[in-house]
Amino acid sequence: MRYLLRRFGHAVFLLVGVSLLAFTFTTLAPGNYFDEMRLNPQIAPETIAALRTQYELDRPLPIRYAHWVSSVLHGDMGFSFAYNSPVLPLLWVRARNTLLLTITAMLLAWGIALPLGIWSAEHLGRLPDRLLSLGTAALMVIPDLALALGFLVIAVKSGRFPTGGMVSLHFESLAFPGKLGDLFLHMALPITALVLSVLPLLLRHVRAALAEVLDAPFLLAAEGHGISRRTLLYRYALPAAANPLISLFGFSIGTLLSGSLLVEVVMSWPGLGPFLLEAILARDLYVVIGGVLLSTLFLIGGNFLADLLLYWADPRIRTEASV
Amino acid sequence: MGSILEVRDLRVAYGPRGRGAFRALDGVSFCLESEEVLGVLGESGSGKSTLATSILGLFRANTIVATGAVLFEGSDLLQAKPDELQRIRGKRISLIFQEPSMALHPTMRVGRQVQQVLAAHGMKGRSALNQKTREVLETVFMEETERIARSYPHQLSGGQRQRVLIAQAIACGPSLVIADEPTASLDPTTQMEILGVFRALRKRLGLGMIFITHNPALLAGMADRLLVLYAGRVAELGPAEEVLASPKHPYTRSLLESIPPLLDGPRDGNKKKLPSIPGDSRPSSLPGAGCPFEPRCPERMDICKTRDPQLVNVSQSHTVSCFRYENQ
Amino acid sequence: MKVSDNDKDMQPLVRVENLMKSYANRKITGQCEEVRAVDGVSFTIFPGATLAVVGESGSGKSTLALCLACLEKPTSGNIQFEGADISKLAEKERRTIRRKIQLIFQDPASSFNPRWSVLEIVAEPLALQGSLSRDEIRLRALALLEQVGLSPEMERRLPAELSGGQRQRLAIARALALEPSVLILDEALSALDCSTQAQIANLLVDLQSARDMTYLFISHDLAMAAHLADEIAVMNHGRIVEQGPPDKILKQPQTEITRELLAAVPRMTFARPEAQ
Repeated sequence: MRYLLRRFGHAVFLLVGVSLLAFTFTTLAPGNYFDEMRLNPQIAPETIAALRTQYELDRPLPIRYAHWVSSVLHGDMGFSFAYNSPVLPLLWVRARNTLLLTITAMLLAWGIALPLGIWSAEHLGRLPDRLLSLGTAALMVIPDLALALGFLVIAVKSGRFPTGGMVSLHFESLAFPGKLGDLFLHMALPITALVLSVLPLLLRHVRAALAEVLDAPFLLAAEGHGISRRTLLYRYALPAAANPLISLFGFSIGTLLSGSLLVEVVMSWPGLGPFLLEAILARDLYVVIGGVLLSTLFLIGGNFLADLLLYWADPRIRTEASV
Repeated sequence: MGSILEVRDLRVAYGPRGRGAFRALDGVSFCLESEEVLGVLGESGSGKSTLATSILGLFRANTIVATGAVLFEGSDLLQAKPDELQRIRGKRISLIFQEPSMALHPTMRVGRQVQQVLAAHGMKGRSALNQKTREVLETVFMEETERIARSYPHQLSGGQRQRVLIAQAIACGPSLVIADEPTASLDPTTQMEILGVFRALRKRLGLGMIFITHNPALLAGMADRLLVLYAGRVAELGPAEEVLASPKHPYTRSLLESIPPLLDGPRDGNKKKLPSIPGDSRPSSLPGAGCPFEPRCPERMDICKTRDPQLVNVSQSHTVSCFRYENQ
Repeated sequence: MKVSDNDKDMQPLVRVENLMKSYANRKITGQCEEVRAVDGVSFTIFPGATLAVVGESGSGKSTLALCLACLEKPTSGNIQFEGADISKLAEKERRTIRRKIQLIFQDPASSFNPRWSVLEIVAEPLALQGSLSRDEIRLRALALLEQVGLSPEMERRLPAELSGGQRQRLAIARALALEPSVLILDEALSALDCSTQAQIANLLVDLQSARDMTYLFISHDLAMAAHLADEIAVMNHGRIVEQGPPDKILKQPQTEITRELLAAVPRMTFARPEAQ
């Protein structure tokens, strides 16, 4: 319990720190949302000045920060200049889409990496394992961007996959299975790109962690007790190798999230990626800060989840933490 | 009483093929009667752990040769298929490893680890499993069975962990238990306690046992017969009392002498030295030909350098591999 | 309370008085519990003598060793070494004392750099002294190896290529390089085979007569302790419960714990009460 409270404290501290930094940097960056209006001769300088006052852009930084914090506490997270609405609801719609993409990709990536990594560790050094290692090494050197672009090309050339968006235009007219199928079709390529971007990393770690555990005397002992190969691998070896993998799980959430932002932009997935890019280009200050903050929150959440998992998976950590 | 296990000319080698290979077992043969305890005595590198694992067909990844035969209940375990072996391991023959802290899964409750062995050999049903697990644990623990079953290995003492290993080994009622240095990492008083557990179980369950150790004193009062292993070969095999009381092989004799006696008389100023065997038995120190013990042997003869000694009988049930006893 | 009474006006090399070492053990509830690992231990060791400390694991004997080797600071009490109190020294002075009191563990493998050769391992402490030329270091290191019974052709081997006994010899050679006056042997023989134990025990006896070494032999093996020591101290729960010459301890044990330890020494008797 005490441990949870401490973790929570850390999280709050981190969020405050990140928001402060985001605030400072976005403010220090040259220009603001209303600069472009100034170029428009139809808008009177007075109007712009009035807008600036309305949005408090002429107030000193600490005061703006204080106001922003109070707006966060009210559930608005500031105000978007471009959308003329509070930031949070805007962000939430996109974040949902991003989460849909990353969580599916993550489940899929781990779902592939675990059995494949275990299999590879079991056949360590044999031909299939070596081929797999070669494959992961090759995938690792391809940048995410190239991967995403490659899939975009496939989508265009094959014509089977949509080249962007999350659903088709006629989505609403479809029955539930049709809706699901349509969504799946749209998700397929971005998710494949994402999965392929993290899979090599996961696979290599699973393989290494398992290979180390497979040499442990307790596995030989369990084998000596006549425990089946399958149980041995999944019930004995995997939990024993879990610690580094769980830490990696926390880390993989971050990697996937940042990878997702990129893939979303390239493949026009209506998630946080394109939204944030647009906001940054338009200097839509509070949207940018909100996006950064939300990403941080996801990261913290992911790592926290990993910690909880670790706590649950390893009784030795439980006793340590309680001492 | 018939023999339950017969090991015939077992040879196991590790490492690179050809001259660099390490012959861990170099032609070991012996029989085990049912309900008999065979003590295997050997120093590190003598092949005693390889013997333990080879009987169950558990070979290290770099094993290159395994020949001979391990006959158990009418079949040769060396030729057995993986699923046949799996049915025998833990059910008919079980193995107790030396380091109890390493031989248990670190993040699984020990009760469940015992249960897994039962489940692996076909026991089904949660309540039946729980019931049987408790019964098995009760045979090795006097009290607190419940608490221990719920504990993780790191919460138990060395002696308790060793008892859990014993519980796993006897869970399915095997006819043979192989214990590889089961007390090496324990305190002396705990060691005595665990030896007591072995003796009691053996009597109660009628187990055949192969008890492997480097300490000859542990085998007194424990083993019926004693097999002395040196450099992967049988140096001496005979009734335990006979071997311990009047060892025949020079190695056995020197080994027994090198243990400090507990009650030697009052000492005069100078500290005595223990009679010790010079050198070591690492593969690099072994001779290329002849008796493997020859370089360290206090009684070596010319013939020992060139020819391999064969096992010869010094009495009806006592054999020694040493030229001293040939032509007798 | 002294070891070796052959010379009345001889100064003790080590005098430990009322040594106490406690650790704080924080519990789940947050309150601190004091664990006394060493709880008021006193003894003296004379130069060239061997004191054996025997006891179960957890009896505090290893903590005692760490305090004596200046690797742990005692909570209270004092340790006099060569007539000066070393228990309250500053870190820098402790370092110079550490050279004089060397510690040998059960498994020395982890204290060797696995990439260094045998010769390099022994030469390192010599080189750190800074006053020797390369040739001198080499000669001394080879002499030390010879003294502990490692043949010159071993000098290029790596620790992993040595047997357990050879590694223990190497650890002793490295300790001797600093010319210590006390060797603390913390279960130094426990992990070895019987025949190797005898070899190393003999080496210890040889070194003692050649260099007039003083030993603190810490073990749970009462038989070996009795063989090597001039005096045995039995420890239990951080205290010395019984102390005396080996004969007396073995023949007239005064406390239950000593009797237990004595009963736990496996003996080659052939009475088989439980068989058949």
